[in-house]
Amino acid sequence: MEVKILFGILISTIFINNYVLSQMLGLCPFLGVSKKLDSALGMGLAVIFVMSMASFFTYLVYKFILMPNNLEFLRTISFILIIASLVQLVEMVIEKVSPSLYQALGIFLPLITTNCAVFGVALLNVKSGFVTAELGLLKSVVQGFGAGLGFTLALLLMAGIRERLELARIPDNLKGLPITFVTAGLLALAFLGFSGMKI
Amino acid sequence: MSLWQEFKKGIWAKNPILILGIGLCPTLAVTTSISNALWMTLASTFVLVGSNVIVSLIKDVIPSHVRIPIFITVIATFVTVVELTLEAFQPGVFHSLGIFIPLIVVNCMILGRAEEFASKNGVLLSIFDGLGMGLGFGLTLFVLAFFRETLGANKLFGLTLIPGMEPSSAMILAPGAFITLGLMLWAMNAINSRKKEK
Repeated sequence: MEVKILFGILISTIFINNYVLSQMLGLCPFLGVSKKLDSALGMGLAVIFVMSMASFFTYLVYKFILMPNNLEFLRTISFILIIASLVQLVEMVIEKVSPSLYQALGIFLPLITTNCAVFGVALLNVKSGFVTAELGLLKSVVQGFGAGLGFTLALLLMAGIRERLELARIPDNLKGLPITFVTAGLLALAFLGFSGMKI
Repeated sequence: MSLWQEFKKGIWAKNPILILGIGLCPTLAVTTSISNALWMTLASTFVLVGSNVIVSLIKDVIPSHVRIPIFITVIATFVTVVELTLEAFQPGVFHSLGIFIPLIVVNCMILGRAEEFASKNGVLLSIFDGLGMGLGFGLTLFVLAFFRETLGANKLFGLTLIPGMEPSSAMILAPGAFITLGLMLWAMNAINSRKKEK
Protein backbone atom coordinates (compact mmCIF):
# COMPACT_ATOMS: atom_id res chain seq x y z
CA MET A 1 0.00 0.00 0.00
CA GLU A 2 2.73 2.42 0.98
CA VAL A 3 4.65 1.58 -2.16
CA LYS A 4 1.64 2.56 -4.21
CA ILE A 5 1.43 5.95 -2.49
CA LEU A 6 5.14 6.59 -2.99
CA PHE A 7 4.87 5.63 -6.65
CA GLY A 8 1.93 8.02 -6.97
CA ILE A 9 3.98 10.87 -5.52
CA LEU A 10 6.78 10.08 -7.94
CA ILE A 11 4.58 10.04 -11.05
CA SER A 12 2.70 13.12 -9.94
CA THR A 13 5.85 15.22 -9.41
CA ILE A 14 7.45 14.11 -12.68
CA PHE A 15 4.49 14.43 -15.04
CA ILE A 16 1.27 15.86 -13.61
CA ASN A 17 2.74 18.63 -11.46
CA ASN A 18 6.00 19.01 -13.33
CA TYR A 19 7.87 21.70 -11.41
CA VAL A 20 8.96 23.65 -14.43
CA LEU A 21 6.18 23.24 -16.93
CA SER A 22 3.14 23.32 -14.72
CA GLN A 23 4.19 24.93 -11.43
CA MET A 24 6.63 27.38 -13.01
CA LEU A 25 9.44 26.85 -10.54
CA GLY A 26 13.13 26.83 -11.41
CA LEU A 27 12.77 28.83 -14.58
CA CYS A 28 16.11 30.64 -14.41
CA PRO A 29 18.25 27.49 -14.85
CA PHE A 30 15.60 26.05 -17.19
CA LEU A 31 16.23 28.92 -19.59
CA GLY A 32 19.87 29.50 -18.76
CA VAL A 33 21.32 25.99 -19.01
CA SER A 34 19.14 24.51 -21.76
CA LYS A 35 21.28 25.52 -24.73
CA LYS A 36 23.25 22.24 -24.92
CA LEU A 37 22.14 18.68 -24.16
CA ASP A 38 25.21 17.61 -22.17
CA SER A 39 25.27 20.65 -19.89
CA ALA A 40 21.52 20.22 -19.39
CA LEU A 41 22.12 16.64 -18.28
CA GLY A 42 24.85 17.75 -15.84
CA MET A 43 22.61 20.41 -14.34
CA GLY A 44 19.73 17.95 -14.11
CA LEU A 45 21.79 15.36 -12.22
CA ALA A 46 23.08 17.98 -9.79
CA VAL A 47 19.53 19.22 -9.16
CA ILE A 48 18.16 15.69 -8.55
CA PHE A 49 20.88 15.13 -5.97
CA VAL A 50 20.51 18.49 -4.18
CA MET A 51 16.70 18.29 -4.18
CA SER A 52 16.65 14.85 -2.55
CA MET A 53 19.24 15.94 0.04
CA ALA A 54 17.42 19.23 0.69
CA SER A 55 14.11 17.41 1.24
CA PHE A 56 15.82 15.12 3.73
CA PHE A 57 17.53 17.82 5.79
CA THR A 58 14.77 20.44 5.74
CA TYR A 59 12.35 17.75 6.93
CA LEU A 60 14.58 16.86 9.87
CA VAL A 61 15.20 20.49 10.83
CA TYR A 62 11.53 21.43 10.54
CA LYS A 63 10.25 18.45 12.48
CA PHE A 64 12.84 18.18 15.24
CA ILE A 65 14.10 21.75 15.70
CA LEU A 66 11.53 24.26 14.49
CA MET A 67 8.23 22.54 15.40
CA PRO A 68 9.01 21.57 19.01
CA ASN A 69 10.17 25.13 19.76
CA ASN A 70 7.30 26.93 17.97
CA LEU A 71 9.75 28.53 15.59
CA GLU A 72 7.82 27.82 12.37
CA PHE A 73 8.16 31.46 11.31
CA LEU A 74 11.91 30.91 10.90
CA ARG A 75 11.15 28.41 8.13
CA THR A 76 12.19 30.69 5.27
CA ILE A 77 15.52 31.73 6.78
CA SER A 78 16.49 28.30 8.02
CA PHE A 79 15.55 26.50 4.77
CA ILE A 80 17.53 28.87 2.57
CA LEU A 81 20.56 28.57 4.83
CA ILE A 82 20.29 24.77 4.83
CA ILE A 83 20.14 24.73 1.03
CA ALA A 84 23.03 27.17 0.65
CA SER A 85 25.30 25.24 3.02
CA LEU A 86 24.19 21.91 1.53
CA VAL A 87 25.19 23.06 -1.93
CA GLN A 88 28.53 24.21 -0.58
CA LEU A 89 29.04 20.88 1.19
CA VAL A 90 28.07 18.82 -1.84
CA GLU A 91 30.49 20.86 -3.91
CA MET A 92 33.37 20.21 -1.52
CA VAL A 93 32.61 16.50 -1.16
CA ILE A 94 32.36 15.92 -4.91
CA GLU A 95 35.57 17.85 -5.49
CA LYS A 96 37.37 15.60 -2.99
CA VAL A 97 35.82 12.25 -3.89
CA SER A 98 35.40 12.40 -7.64
CA PRO A 99 37.28 15.13 -9.50
CA SER A 100 35.88 13.98 -12.84
CA LEU A 101 32.28 14.39 -11.66
CA TYR A 102 33.28 17.75 -10.21
CA GLN A 103 34.60 18.78 -13.61
CA ALA A 104 31.27 17.89 -15.14
CA LEU A 105 28.98 19.40 -12.49
CA GLY A 106 31.26 22.04 -10.98
CA ILE A 107 29.94 25.18 -12.58
CA PHE A 108 26.31 24.25 -12.03
CA LEU A 109 26.46 23.62 -8.31
CA PRO A 110 26.66 27.25 -7.06
CA LEU A 111 23.76 28.13 -9.37
CA ILE A 112 21.51 25.68 -7.57
CA THR A 113 21.33 27.82 -4.42
CA THR A 114 19.16 30.32 -6.24
CA ASN A 115 17.12 27.66 -8.03
CA CYS A 116 13.67 28.28 -6.68
CA ALA A 117 12.61 24.70 -7.45
CA VAL A 118 14.88 23.42 -4.64
CA PHE A 119 13.47 25.88 -2.14
CA GLY A 120 10.01 25.22 -3.55
CA VAL A 121 10.19 21.48 -2.92
CA ALA A 122 11.25 22.09 0.69
CA LEU A 123 8.27 24.41 1.20
CA LEU A 124 5.84 22.07 -0.57
CA ASN A 125 6.97 19.18 1.61
CA VAL A 126 5.89 21.17 4.64
CA LYS A 127 2.72 22.40 2.93
CA SER A 128 1.54 18.97 1.83
CA GLY A 129 1.55 17.88 5.45
CA PHE A 130 4.34 15.31 5.16
CA VAL A 131 5.82 16.53 8.45
CA THR A 132 3.07 15.02 10.53
CA ALA A 133 2.24 12.18 8.15
CA GLU A 134 3.28 8.57 8.55
CA LEU A 135 6.55 7.78 6.73
CA GLY A 136 6.86 11.53 6.14
CA LEU A 137 10.61 11.49 5.73
CA LEU A 138 10.44 8.90 2.96
CA LYS A 139 7.60 10.76 1.24
CA SER A 140 9.55 14.02 1.37
CA VAL A 141 12.64 12.46 -0.13
CA VAL A 142 10.59 10.76 -2.85
CA GLN A 143 8.91 14.06 -3.65
CA GLY A 144 12.31 15.77 -3.84
CA PHE A 145 13.72 13.02 -6.04
CA GLY A 146 10.68 13.08 -8.33
CA ALA A 147 10.76 16.86 -8.59
CA GLY A 148 14.42 16.64 -9.62
CA LEU A 149 13.60 14.01 -12.24
CA GLY A 150 10.76 16.14 -13.59
CA PHE A 151 13.06 19.15 -13.75
CA THR A 152 15.67 17.10 -15.63
CA LEU A 153 13.07 15.78 -18.05
CA ALA A 154 11.86 19.30 -18.88
CA LEU A 155 15.43 20.57 -19.18
CA LEU A 156 16.45 17.77 -21.55
CA LEU A 157 13.36 18.19 -23.74
CA MET A 158 14.02 21.91 -23.95
CA ALA A 159 17.72 21.47 -24.72
CA GLY A 160 16.95 19.01 -27.50
CA ILE A 161 14.52 21.44 -29.09
CA ARG A 162 16.84 24.43 -28.69
CA GLU A 163 19.74 22.62 -30.36
CA ARG A 164 17.55 22.23 -33.42
CA LEU A 165 16.21 25.77 -33.20
CA GLU A 166 19.76 27.03 -33.68
CA LEU A 167 19.55 25.86 -37.29
CA ALA A 168 16.00 27.01 -37.95
CA ARG A 169 15.20 30.23 -39.74
CA ILE A 170 13.32 32.48 -37.34
CA PRO A 171 12.73 36.27 -37.41
CA ASP A 172 15.61 38.21 -35.85
CA ASN A 173 13.54 39.76 -33.09
CA LEU A 174 12.16 36.39 -32.07
CA LYS A 175 15.60 34.80 -31.63
CA GLY A 176 16.91 33.95 -28.18
CA LEU A 177 14.58 34.27 -25.19
CA PRO A 178 11.27 35.02 -26.99
CA ILE A 179 11.25 31.85 -29.09
CA THR A 180 12.40 29.87 -26.06
CA PHE A 181 9.41 31.08 -24.08
CA VAL A 182 6.98 30.27 -26.87
CA THR A 183 8.53 26.78 -27.15
CA ALA A 184 8.23 26.32 -23.40
CA GLY A 185 4.60 27.33 -23.67
CA LEU A 186 3.94 24.64 -26.26
CA LEU A 187 5.76 22.06 -24.13
CA ALA A 188 3.63 23.11 -21.16
CA LEU A 189 0.52 22.72 -23.29
CA ALA A 190 1.59 19.16 -24.06
CA PHE A 191 2.19 18.47 -20.37
CA LEU A 192 -1.34 19.68 -19.59
CA GLY A 193 -2.43 16.39 -21.11
CA PHE A 194 -1.02 14.57 -18.09
CA SER A 195 -3.41 16.41 -15.78
CA GLY A 196 -6.09 13.96 -16.81
CA MET A 197 -4.17 11.10 -15.20
CA LYS A 198 -5.79 9.74 -12.03
CA ILE A 199 -3.63 8.21 -9.35
CA MET B 1 19.69 64.04 -11.74
CA SER B 2 21.57 60.82 -11.26
CA LEU B 3 18.99 59.73 -8.71
CA TRP B 4 16.35 60.08 -11.41
CA GLN B 5 18.52 58.10 -13.83
CA GLU B 6 18.98 55.25 -11.37
CA PHE B 7 15.23 55.23 -10.90
CA LYS B 8 14.39 55.42 -14.59
CA LYS B 9 16.71 52.67 -15.87
CA GLY B 10 14.72 49.93 -14.13
CA ILE B 11 11.58 50.72 -16.10
CA TRP B 12 12.85 50.18 -19.64
CA ALA B 13 16.61 50.22 -20.32
CA LYS B 14 17.42 47.68 -17.61
CA ASN B 15 13.98 46.21 -16.98
CA PRO B 16 14.69 43.22 -14.70
CA ILE B 17 12.38 40.79 -16.52
CA LEU B 18 12.35 41.90 -20.13
CA ILE B 19 16.01 42.89 -20.55
CA LEU B 20 17.95 41.20 -17.77
CA GLY B 21 15.78 38.06 -17.78
CA ILE B 22 15.80 37.59 -14.00
CA GLY B 23 13.05 37.05 -11.47
CA LEU B 24 11.04 34.88 -13.83
CA CYS B 25 9.43 32.36 -11.50
CA PRO B 26 7.15 34.76 -9.60
CA THR B 27 6.51 36.67 -12.82
CA LEU B 28 4.92 33.74 -14.53
CA ALA B 29 3.34 32.09 -11.55
CA VAL B 30 1.44 34.96 -9.93
CA THR B 31 0.18 36.82 -12.99
CA THR B 32 -3.11 34.95 -13.10
CA SER B 33 -4.89 38.12 -11.96
CA ILE B 34 -4.02 41.80 -11.73
CA SER B 35 -4.58 41.94 -7.98
CA ASN B 36 -2.13 39.06 -7.42
CA ALA B 37 0.41 40.84 -9.63
CA LEU B 38 0.06 44.08 -7.69
CA TRP B 39 0.47 42.41 -4.30
CA MET B 40 3.48 40.49 -5.57
CA THR B 41 5.00 43.75 -6.82
CA LEU B 42 4.41 45.47 -3.47
CA ALA B 43 5.94 42.58 -1.54
CA SER B 44 8.97 42.22 -3.83
CA THR B 45 9.63 45.97 -3.96
CA PHE B 46 9.51 46.21 -0.18
CA VAL B 47 12.02 43.36 0.14
CA LEU B 48 14.19 44.79 -2.64
CA VAL B 49 14.37 48.32 -1.20
CA GLY B 50 14.87 47.00 2.33
CA SER B 51 17.67 44.64 1.36
CA ASN B 52 19.30 47.31 -0.82
CA VAL B 53 19.35 49.72 2.15
CA ILE B 54 20.81 47.20 4.61
CA VAL B 55 23.35 45.86 2.12
CA SER B 56 24.57 49.33 1.17
CA LEU B 57 24.91 50.19 4.87
CA ILE B 58 26.91 47.08 5.80
CA LYS B 59 28.90 46.73 2.58
CA ASP B 60 32.16 48.00 4.15
CA VAL B 61 31.92 45.80 7.25
CA ILE B 62 31.33 42.35 5.75
CA PRO B 63 34.22 40.27 4.39
CA SER B 64 33.78 39.74 0.68
CA HIS B 65 34.01 35.93 0.61
CA VAL B 66 30.97 35.44 2.87
CA ARG B 67 28.92 38.25 1.36
CA ILE B 68 26.43 36.03 -0.52
CA PRO B 69 25.21 34.11 2.58
CA ILE B 70 24.93 37.43 4.41
CA PHE B 71 22.89 38.97 1.59
CA ILE B 72 20.61 35.94 1.55
CA THR B 73 20.08 36.16 5.30
CA VAL B 74 19.20 39.87 5.02
CA ILE B 75 16.75 39.13 2.20
CA ALA B 76 15.22 36.19 4.06
CA THR B 77 14.65 38.42 7.08
CA PHE B 78 12.68 40.94 5.04
CA VAL B 79 10.74 38.16 3.36
CA THR B 80 9.76 36.78 6.76
CA VAL B 81 8.52 40.27 7.73
CA VAL B 82 6.39 40.42 4.57
CA GLU B 83 5.11 36.88 5.12
CA LEU B 84 3.98 37.52 8.69
CA THR B 85 2.47 40.93 7.84
CA LEU B 86 0.46 39.60 4.92
CA GLU B 87 -0.72 36.59 6.88
CA ALA B 88 -1.99 38.87 9.65
CA PHE B 89 -3.58 41.67 7.63
CA GLN B 90 -4.34 40.19 4.18
CA PRO B 91 -4.98 36.47 4.69
CA GLY B 92 -6.78 36.18 1.33
CA VAL B 93 -3.78 37.51 -0.55
CA PHE B 94 -1.47 35.36 1.53
CA HIS B 95 -3.34 32.23 0.49
CA SER B 96 -3.68 33.07 -3.18
CA LEU B 97 0.03 33.86 -3.53
CA GLY B 98 0.86 30.71 -1.57
CA ILE B 99 4.44 29.55 -1.62
CA PHE B 100 5.45 32.41 -3.90
CA ILE B 101 5.72 34.75 -0.90
CA PRO B 102 8.55 32.76 0.76
CA LEU B 103 9.98 32.17 -2.73
CA ILE B 104 10.78 35.90 -2.97
CA VAL B 105 13.99 34.88 -1.16
CA VAL B 106 15.28 33.11 -4.25
CA ASN B 107 14.09 35.77 -6.70
CA CYS B 108 17.39 36.44 -8.46
CA MET B 109 16.33 40.03 -9.06
CA ILE B 110 16.79 40.87 -5.38
CA LEU B 111 20.09 39.06 -4.85
CA GLY B 112 21.26 40.40 -8.19
CA ARG B 113 20.63 44.01 -7.23
CA ALA B 114 22.27 43.51 -3.83
CA GLU B 115 25.37 42.05 -5.47
CA GLU B 116 25.50 44.31 -8.50
CA PHE B 117 24.32 47.66 -7.19
CA ALA B 118 23.81 48.02 -3.45
CA SER B 119 27.17 46.51 -2.51
CA LYS B 120 28.89 49.21 -4.57
CA ASN B 121 26.75 52.31 -4.05
CA GLY B 122 25.44 54.57 -1.28
CA VAL B 123 22.13 54.27 0.58
CA LEU B 124 20.17 56.93 -1.32
CA LEU B 125 21.18 55.66 -4.75
CA SER B 126 20.35 52.10 -3.67
CA ILE B 127 16.87 53.13 -2.54
CA PHE B 128 16.14 54.69 -5.92
CA ASP B 129 17.62 51.71 -7.75
CA GLY B 130 15.33 49.42 -5.73
CA LEU B 131 12.25 51.58 -6.38
CA GLY B 132 12.95 51.77 -10.12
CA MET B 133 13.60 48.06 -10.45
CA GLY B 134 10.45 47.35 -8.42
CA LEU B 135 8.42 49.60 -10.72
CA GLY B 136 9.83 47.97 -13.86
CA PHE B 137 9.07 44.55 -12.38
CA GLY B 138 5.57 45.69 -11.46
CA LEU B 139 4.76 47.17 -14.88
CA THR B 140 5.80 43.97 -16.65
CA LEU B 141 3.73 41.90 -14.24
CA PHE B 142 0.78 44.23 -14.77
CA VAL B 143 0.84 43.90 -18.58
CA LEU B 144 1.24 40.13 -18.35
CA ALA B 145 -1.57 39.82 -15.81
CA PHE B 146 -3.79 42.09 -17.87
CA PHE B 147 -3.65 39.77 -20.89
CA ARG B 148 -3.90 36.59 -18.85
CA GLU B 149 -6.80 37.78 -16.72
CA THR B 150 -8.85 39.16 -19.61
CA LEU B 151 -8.25 36.24 -21.97
CA GLY B 152 -7.98 33.43 -19.44
CA ALA B 153 -10.69 34.32 -16.95
CA ASN B 154 -12.81 36.84 -18.89
CA LYS B 155 -12.30 39.29 -16.04
CA LEU B 156 -10.65 42.62 -15.30
CA PHE B 157 -9.84 43.55 -11.70
CA GLY B 158 -12.09 40.66 -10.70
CA LEU B 159 -15.14 41.93 -12.68
CA THR B 160 -16.62 39.84 -15.48
CA LEU B 161 -16.06 41.41 -18.90
CA ILE B 162 -18.37 39.71 -21.39
CA PRO B 163 -21.18 37.79 -19.69
CA GLY B 164 -21.68 34.27 -20.97
CA MET B 165 -18.36 33.98 -22.79
CA GLU B 166 -16.28 30.88 -22.11
CA PRO B 167 -12.67 32.04 -21.45
CA SER B 168 -9.68 30.03 -22.66
CA SER B 169 -8.40 28.36 -19.54
CA ALA B 170 -4.99 27.59 -21.07
CA MET B 171 -4.17 31.30 -20.64
CA ILE B 172 -4.58 31.09 -16.89
CA LEU B 173 -2.43 27.94 -16.72
CA ALA B 174 1.29 27.64 -17.40
CA PRO B 175 1.21 27.61 -21.26
CA GLY B 176 -0.51 30.98 -21.44
CA ALA B 177 2.09 32.49 -19.14
CA PHE B 178 5.02 31.24 -21.22
CA ILE B 179 3.54 32.22 -24.57
CA THR B 180 2.36 35.67 -23.45
CA LEU B 181 5.78 36.50 -22.01
CA GLY B 182 7.45 35.22 -25.18
CA LEU B 183 5.28 37.50 -27.29
CA MET B 184 5.96 40.44 -24.95
CA LEU B 185 9.71 39.87 -25.31
CA TRP B 186 9.28 39.74 -29.06
CA ALA B 187 7.45 43.08 -29.03
CA MET B 188 10.14 44.58 -26.79
CA ASN B 189 12.92 43.40 -29.16
CA ALA B 190 11.04 44.77 -32.16
CA ILE B 191 10.62 48.19 -30.52
CA ASN B 192 14.26 48.33 -29.46
CA SER B 193 15.61 47.33 -32.85
CA ARG B 194 13.41 49.90 -34.57
CA LYS B 195 14.78 52.54 -32.18
CA LYS B 196 18.33 51.54 -33.11
CA GLU B 197 17.62 51.89 -36.83
CA LYS B 198 16.56 55.52 -36.40
